[in-house]
Amino acid sequence: MPKLIMTADDSASVRQMVSFTLKQNGYDVVEAVDGKDALTKLGSQKVDMLITDLNMPNLDGLGLIRGVRAGSLNKFIPIIMLTTESQDSKKGEGKAAGATGWIVKPFKPEQLIAVIKKVLG
Amino acid sequence: MIEQHIATYREEANELLTELETSLLELEETPEDSELIGRVFRAMHTIKGSGAMFGFDEIAGFTHEVETVFDLVRNGKMAVTKQLLNLTLRARDHIKSLLDASVSGDDIDRNEGNAIIAGLKQLVPGAEPVEIVRAAQESAPVSPAPEGDHKTWRIRFKPIPEIFMSGTNPLGLINELRDLGTCYVIAHTELIPTLSEITPEHCYIYWDIVLTTSRGMDAIKDVFIFCEDDCDLKIDLVDDGAGDSGQDYKKLGDILVERGDLSPAEMYKILDMQKRFGELAVSIGAVTTDKVQSALVEQQQVKAVRQERATQESATSIRVPAEKLDLLVNLVGELVTVQAHLSQTAAITGNGAFASIAEEVERLTNELRDTALNIRLLPIGSTFSKFKRLVRDLSQELGKEIEMETKGAETELDKTVIEKLNDPLVHLIRNSIDHGIEMPEIRRAAGKPAQGIVHLGAEHSGDSVLITIRDDGAGLDRDAIRAKAVERGLIAANAELPDREIYNMIFAPGFSTAVKVTSVSGRGVGMDVVKKGIQALRGSITIDSTRGQGSTITLKIPLTLAIIESLLVKIGNEHFVLPLAAVEECVELTSEDVAAAHGRNLAKVRGTLTPFISLREQFAISGDRPDIEQIVIASVHGTRIGFVVDCVVGEHQTVIKPLGRMYQDVKGISGATILGDGSVALILDPGVLLQSAELAESNKVK
Repeated sequence: MPKLIMTADDSASVRQMVSFTLKQNGYDVVEAVDGKDALTKLGSQKVDMLITDLNMPNLDGLGLIRGVRAGSLNKFIPIIMLTTESQDSKKGEGKAAGATGWIVKPFKPEQLIAVIKKVLG
Repeated sequence: MIEQHIATYREEANELLTELETSLLELEETPEDSELIGRVFRAMHTIKGSGAMFGFDEIAGFTHEVETVFDLVRNGKMAVTKQLLNLTLRARDHIKSLLDASVSGDDIDRNEGNAIIAGLKQLVPGAEPVEIVRAAQESAPVSPAPEGDHKTWRIRFKPIPEIFMSGTNPLGLINELRDLGTCYVIAHTELIPTLSEITPEHCYIYWDIVLTTSRGMDAIKDVFIFCEDDCDLKIDLVDDGAGDSGQDYKKLGDILVERGDLSPAEMYKILDMQKRFGELAVSIGAVTTDKVQSALVEQQQVKAVRQERATQESATSIRVPAEKLDLLVNLVGELVTVQAHLSQTAAITGNGAFASIAEEVERLTNELRDTALNIRLLPIGSTFSKFKRLVRDLSQELGKEIEMETKGAETELDKTVIEKLNDPLVHLIRNSIDHGIEMPEIRRAAGKPAQGIVHLGAEHSGDSVLITIRDDGAGLDRDAIRAKAVERGLIAANAELPDREIYNMIFAPGFSTAVKVTSVSGRGVGMDVVKKGIQALRGSITIDSTRGQGSTITLKIPLTLAIIESLLVKIGNEHFVLPLAAVEECVELTSEDVAAAHGRNLAKVRGTLTPFISLREQFAISGDRPDIEQIVIASVHGTRIGFVVDCVVGEHQTVIKPLGRMYQDVKGISGATILGDGSVALILDPGVLLQSAELAESNKVK
């Protein structure tokens, strides 16, 4: 069965690009438009992995990561955060919140897939 | 596909710019509203982040500067002023013009951008120079490191107990290490508490890994890139890949001390006791069994690596003239014959001791035979690479776009067979390129990619090798071939034939449906030569083709020419040999069956009529037919055909001896072999026998 990955990003273009890359590589994708939407969906749906942006309205990436780790259904899933080069300190905050790893924007589709393969094992 | 993403980005960026404008205007009314400041920041952040991903580097670079200033505002380090809002609105317009210019290709006033950035920088308190950070590409975590020597590393990976809370799977990381090279993993379990104290969500295990890899330290560190802070990681080089191969690796005690599991003082204390170090170290409780085990593994792996290096240095292969190998195979052939004689004599004398020696000799002979034949096997890959060049040159000459794929280049075949395959393969590949693959425009019109594919593959199948030449071209024109065959009198105009048999017509001498003769092919010489070449190798050809989708030609070639597995049969007092590869089954033929067939050579085998050839008639062997004869049913190019013999003796190792000059053109006999009792048996060629029988039959009808 293909692995199900959630992409949470308020930018439709990034979401579309991530989603397209994942589907091309045989993954199933569920999209969320911000942290709140993601957390609601994750409360009732088991996924194999979460890829989230950090800057999002309603609930930001850090809040989302903390929320997932405090929940039960998806407590131990790998979480990859998307950061930009100006947010080096965010990597630390994200890790502290419970992110598994990160990928720096801008990234190429191959880089995204490499990171996904890495954390999904 | 990427254009679609870019279009989405443009749309999205335009929306964000509109939102940015509204937020900035609202911010003018309520400059303290942190929610609004957040919205402005996020809008710019998304424009920048997504812009860089879709190649809008200039937008990303410029927006980054504006965003940096607003980050200060967001963190309360700067106030929202009229001046700031003016500049930001100008910046917003500039981004918009950059975005529009990317569609229209118009020139943009870059001074405007520089002026805005300079203005913004002046507003920053203390006017600290803001570094212009271009969207720098961080290297991918799994970028391949340059290949180097094989080095051996010792890695201790001790994750923090809460590792699972970061979503990291330690086993995934260890598996990733396995992908890097030869890896031996020891798990240390001594930290696992008793059940009552255990937290099931914690990781109590840590690992020692001994890894031999050609990738460097960076590749190993990259594996742990996401969890550097969540684990104790110690990576040490224990063998640099260049060290003296003969040299012994470190003593167990030294390894434990180096790893920090044991203090030097403890080591000397143990050494003084002069017993086996590991056992002692455990017995006095200085280290655990796991740790000793782990150190031993390291010792063994480094020893093994060094040993391997030593053998590699001495000899990997030797070159031998091919004649010497031919001589060896000939001698083995003689030996097989003598061994058959020996086994037969032993069976007749009934002497137990003698029989057991004969058996032993038989076993050794078989092993020797296999080894000798194996030495002559070569991978077919060298021939394949020659064809890549052929395809390239031919497709250029013909103006076609063709890619060549190969599979199974490592498949091994007898050296002589590979050499003799060369010409037939050249012909077949030429045919695929010239007749098979269409011109690019025709392919496009048919909804196929302009670039055609010629696939050359080899694989083992039993004691044969299957070589396939597949193209995704036009396929064979069944009707054209049929028409031509009728015109040339090869088949009757009303004959109902299966596709495969019609395709087989292209192997007839001088057969060509090509309207135009090109320099590459179409002159009608070729396919019959191909067929002869393959038959000389005792191989067979089959063709499959789908109109519009391409054709596949499969060559079935026996592994070796010198010795074959065969079925020994007897007619009267004569022995004959049939290649076992062709034989499907043996059934009885009673005199009643023969009577029931009313003189036609047809037997009912499990409900289907199977034609047969009586070898007694074929070779005019005198004597009476026994009441019960045997039919050996063979499959020749997909046709089932029976050969009637008096009795089936059994399987036989046949050393093929060529027939002398006088006899080499005899139809239906491909060679001879010497049996255990010294007599000669002829090797039958089922394909030729079938052909001559078909010919005789059709003459009868006429």
